[in-house]
Amino acid sequence: MNVSTDTPLPVTSAAPKRPWLSPINQRRLANFKANRRGFWSLWIFLLLFFLAMGAEFLTNDRPILVSYKGELLLPVFIEYPEEKFGGFLAVTDYRDPYIQEEINADGWMLWPPVRYSYRSVNKEIPVPAPAPPSWTMDKEQRCSRYPQGVEDPNCVIGNWNWLGTDDQGRDVLARLVYGFRISVLFGLALTLASSVIGIAAGAVQGFYGGWVDLIFQRFIEIWTAIPTLYLILIVSSVLAPGFWTLFTILLAFSWVALVGVVRAEFLRGRNFEYISAARALGVSNRVIMWRHLLPNAMVATLTFMPFILNGSISTLTALDFLGFGLPPGSASLGELLAQGKNNLQAPWLGITGFIVISLMLSLLIFIGEAVRDAFDPRKSLA
Amino acid sequence: MSEDTLLEVKDLSVAFTQGGRTGTAVNRISFNIKKGETVALVGESGSGKSVSALSVLKLLPYPAASHPSGEILFRGQDLLSASDNEMRKVRGNEISMIFQEPMTSLNPLHTVERQVSEILKIHRGMSDTAARERVLELLTQVGIREPETRLASYPHQLSGGQRQRVMIAMTLANEPELLIADEPTTALDVTVQAQILKLLKELQAERGMAMLFITHDLGIVEKFADRVCVMTKGEIVEQGLVREIFDNPQHPYTRHLLAAEPKGQPPVQDESRPVVMEADDLKVWFQIKRGFLRKTVGHVKAVDGIDVRVREGQTLGIVGESGSGKTTLGLALLRMISSTGRIAFKGQEIQENSWKEMRPLRRDIQIVFQDPFGALSPRMSVADIVGEGLQVHFPQLSAEERDRKVAGALEEVGLDAETRHRYPHEFSGGQRQRISIARAMVLEPKFVMLDEPTSALDMSVQAQVVDLLRDLQRKHGLAYLFISHDLKVVRALANEVVVMRQGKVVESGLAADVFDNPQTDYTKALMAAAFRLETAEEGVVSE
Repeated sequence: MNVSTDTPLPVTSAAPKRPWLSPINQRRLANFKANRRGFWSLWIFLLLFFLAMGAEFLTNDRPILVSYKGELLLPVFIEYPEEKFGGFLAVTDYRDPYIQEEINADGWMLWPPVRYSYRSVNKEIPVPAPAPPSWTMDKEQRCSRYPQGVEDPNCVIGNWNWLGTDDQGRDVLARLVYGFRISVLFGLALTLASSVIGIAAGAVQGFYGGWVDLIFQRFIEIWTAIPTLYLILIVSSVLAPGFWTLFTILLAFSWVALVGVVRAEFLRGRNFEYISAARALGVSNRVIMWRHLLPNAMVATLTFMPFILNGSISTLTALDFLGFGLPPGSASLGELLAQGKNNLQAPWLGITGFIVISLMLSLLIFIGEAVRDAFDPRKSLA
Repeated sequence: MSEDTLLEVKDLSVAFTQGGRTGTAVNRISFNIKKGETVALVGESGSGKSVSALSVLKLLPYPAASHPSGEILFRGQDLLSASDNEMRKVRGNEISMIFQEPMTSLNPLHTVERQVSEILKIHRGMSDTAARERVLELLTQVGIREPETRLASYPHQLSGGQRQRVMIAMTLANEPELLIADEPTTALDVTVQAQILKLLKELQAERGMAMLFITHDLGIVEKFADRVCVMTKGEIVEQGLVREIFDNPQHPYTRHLLAAEPKGQPPVQDESRPVVMEADDLKVWFQIKRGFLRKTVGHVKAVDGIDVRVREGQTLGIVGESGSGKTTLGLALLRMISSTGRIAFKGQEIQENSWKEMRPLRRDIQIVFQDPFGALSPRMSVADIVGEGLQVHFPQLSAEERDRKVAGALEEVGLDAETRHRYPHEFSGGQRQRISIARAMVLEPKFVMLDEPTSALDMSVQAQVVDLLRDLQRKHGLAYLFISHDLKVVRALANEVVVMRQGKVVESGLAADVFDNPQTDYTKALMAAAFRLETAEEGVVSE
């Protein structure tokens, strides 16, 4: 065979149309679907996640759309100063009756279904905070604090507190939606970041073995012996805890979760004949790790991921519950639980928090189980 | 059914159901075994021979497996309709089985004594002392020397041959009437294979045991069996006395099998051609370290001072038993493992080259591995596998040119280039080996190390691969280093041979001389075992 083929071979047909999933992945998808509970959990979770991602359109203290003097405004995205509507504050408070009157006189506004944000305080609750859900009261009572009572234009269903308010008069439903969103996003980001670091570290250890492996393993053993929670307590007394501070501290300890699995897969895989074959071809180590070994390690990794996600979410919740989590005022499920604990006379706080957190974690566990089933090679024969 | 028929299989079918689809593995086969007789079931992989044997003991994964038709009569009792309890009495007691892989058939956590005595305690209710005595007796019978010291050994402390002997001791423990041997010697070296076969033959003669022998090796059948059933695609196409079938095969498939021995002539010895790869005094020593300070207390001399010279267009065969250092030698030449001694490729010294300096040379030096299933990444398409080397060594090629070269290489090894977008699992063992060869050939190498490229293949496929390799060599003037324990294949390919044992050269020279007129006892024993299945005197070969 010559490098320069004089007569080009006729066979140059493009790749035939293959199904977008390889047969093995098709079987995995079938296995995943066969686990009905996991399959439905995925759909329910995706729906909840999708809704929570659009939290600003669901529960917000600003209208979605405002038409004012012939101009269409988007308060959801843009912060308009109040002087636009004849006020003097830097940020418009659309819940203010004066502003509402002004806008309605020269246009209209479209509110989201629930007119509270996670930090907006309902000043019109008829009883001292925490107030029970609005549907437990009659209209008379519900509207008792509004300036015009039952006749007030703001005493409408959009201003209901469907799940009551917390002890600072903030709407529980709104805080729940935003809290769910931040929990899931935090969990996903932490899972993703710790997987990337964990896989890279495991891959290097497993592939090179020997001293690299030995030193790294001992390092990880010492590292995991540090009690994470205490460290966070100490750090948060020095630094003001925020999303990224917490993220960094938790990441520093959560990446070790995957190292063991990936390392084992690489150790096993690096002696396969096709790895030797690639080495004999002169393929570089990095390409071997990326193209030949990583796909094998991904099965174990993907199986683990939902459980890491769960762990990340519950860690954040636990920290919030203890008061060392996200900064005060931010929406968080852990803080809701803490409020429930402090206000046993207001059971809607604790019960809501419990139901939402257990629902979220259960859904993720069910999805995780289905993923594990899907990647279980022994399942294929059954 | 005549008086002395022990096992009668009538009209047996086996079907497997997977994911709602049912496939027939065995289709209405019938055969019978008389007392004291050896019947061989021959066929290539996937022909349904093992499945047939396993269904005799009902060891298939029921309910995924099922028997749409047929019956299996053992002394008049239908085993297919027998209950689990009745089957348990038959298994290991009246019918025993030896499996192919002695490493995985023994429990690695149990001692030899426990493995063998378990079966005695279950079926005979023997006490510990009685069982121990019987175990010793059995181990002596199967030819394990100093059985007392071996009682406390674990399987990993035994050699392959010894493990298979322990397996045989287990199967014989209850003096079965029928022994089913499923490729009992395939995983063993030729010399050990000859010993095991001889042992089985002797034991059978002593006890008047019947044997159902499953193999793909016609040499064994000819030497060993009374009658033979030839299976292909789940059907028995021909059965009869061994002599008659070998002398006068009726069915085309039987003729095809008998004609499938690797044939043809190796390249002619030609001293004038340039040396491609040479090594002097090559040594690969692995250190044995002991104690807290990891002091080196000795060496495992895997390769111990070997000189090698491979010329363009010529083939050097390296033969020897497993553990003799053949593969280590090859890997050292390719600088895949570290060694000492001089290595030169096309006159260029490469022993001191770093991994990086070796990379441009890897284009000209290629390997084909033994296991066609392990050597191809299951997650890459054939085009990606074959094209990988091109990406490394010819990065300037466009995707289209690369694709054209991949297609060309696949055509050259006899595969349809249209199949290059499929994944390895869609190919048979022989086709996979062709893909491996294409991966090596697409780079147009000068030197190819072939590490047992035919060992995992069926006999008829072996012959095709041998022909292919020879054609490629002639066409491109390739230098081959051919490593194999299969002397028949080496004879068909190599013009020079080195016989290795425990890292050292036992004998070397022109292939014709070594094969036809071996000088040392070891080589003679090797040839006898490989070509005539004869055992050597004690001490010449390993046990």
